[in-house]
Amino acid sequence: MNKFLWPLIGFATLVLLLAVGLNLNPRDVPSPLVGKPAPAFALPQLHAPEQTFSPKDMQGKVWLLNVWASWCVSCRQEHPILVEMAKSKTVALVGLNYKEVRGDGGIDADKINPATEQQQAIARAAGWLANYGNPYTLSVIDLDGRVGIDYGVYGVPETYVIDKTGIIRMKHTGPINPEIFSGKILPLVAELSR
Amino acid sequence: MKRWLIVLLLALGTVTTLAKEAAPMAADELTEKRMVAISDELRCLVCQNESLSGSHAELANDLRREIRTLIKDGKSDAEILDFMVARYGDFVRYRPPVKGTTLLLWFGPAALLLAGLFGLIRHLRRRNDKISDAPLNPEEQSQADALLQTKDAQQ
Repeated sequence: MNKFLWPLIGFATLVLLLAVGLNLNPRDVPSPLVGKPAPAFALPQLHAPEQTFSPKDMQGKVWLLNVWASWCVSCRQEHPILVEMAKSKTVALVGLNYKEVRGDGGIDADKINPATEQQQAIARAAGWLANYGNPYTLSVIDLDGRVGIDYGVYGVPETYVIDKTGIIRMKHTGPINPEIFSGKILPLVAELSR
Repeated sequence: MKRWLIVLLLALGTVTTLAKEAAPMAADELTEKRMVAISDELRCLVCQNESLSGSHAELANDLRREIRTLIKDGKSDAEILDFMVARYGDFVRYRPPVKGTTLLLWFGPAALLLAGLFGLIRHLRRRNDKISDAPLNPEEQSQADALLQTKDAQQ
């Protein structure tokens, strides 16, 4: 009996380790930005390109920054949740439209000039929102993904919860599902809004 | 057979030419060398088993461009690594720094090895202790002699 005890314990430990390890999501890389101020930027707004938006405009409000693009398939998956959330008006949602044109594999952005690229991006992004609903208070256009780098974006969609003082309190990579939305994001927003 | 070999060689040929084409245009060689050296140390977050220098992912392209810009801005290698870590976390480095959360990563394997060695030595010692000198009694001795003799006789 004793002879088999230790191998059995070893085996059980290994199974446990694998069970936990293999169920972890490798895309869930903890962001170093959580607890730090949201990186500053000033980008043109999608529906008013002559105006810019920066995070400091949201000072004093709890808000969500959602990174999206029309070529992003998972964005469509989470979109209904965002639209639903926008109806209830619980929290301001700002969209960061990420590499709308050059992120689309089929287009070679080096061959078009920045002005045309911006025009194309606006047409595509606004069209997408018209089709699927626009949950965003406003969206900004990050044509070359430079602001995305500052936010550590590596897989669209991504969502940041930012508090009244402009500190990032949570980051979610990948599409938001109802569990994450009502289980994590909403409680955090409620707590931060108090 | 030979034909297939030729086909294979041709196919390999296209792969290498593709790899050459994908190499970034060298603005100047020194920048490029430093960029490659730095990006070798960094993980591509999209395809996590590839380094930033070897990855064809869109984001890897962007980050390599970013590294080039930082080099041209006169940033040191350490500053560039810090820039990446500040945005993507320690995970972006293939050799994460030694600290509380990475202790297990750095020393776990060695600890496991030591524990294994310790266990093995203890096990062997115990087994040695169990083997005691048990002298044969006269009956067993004669049995053993008989067996040895028959073996000798056979040879």
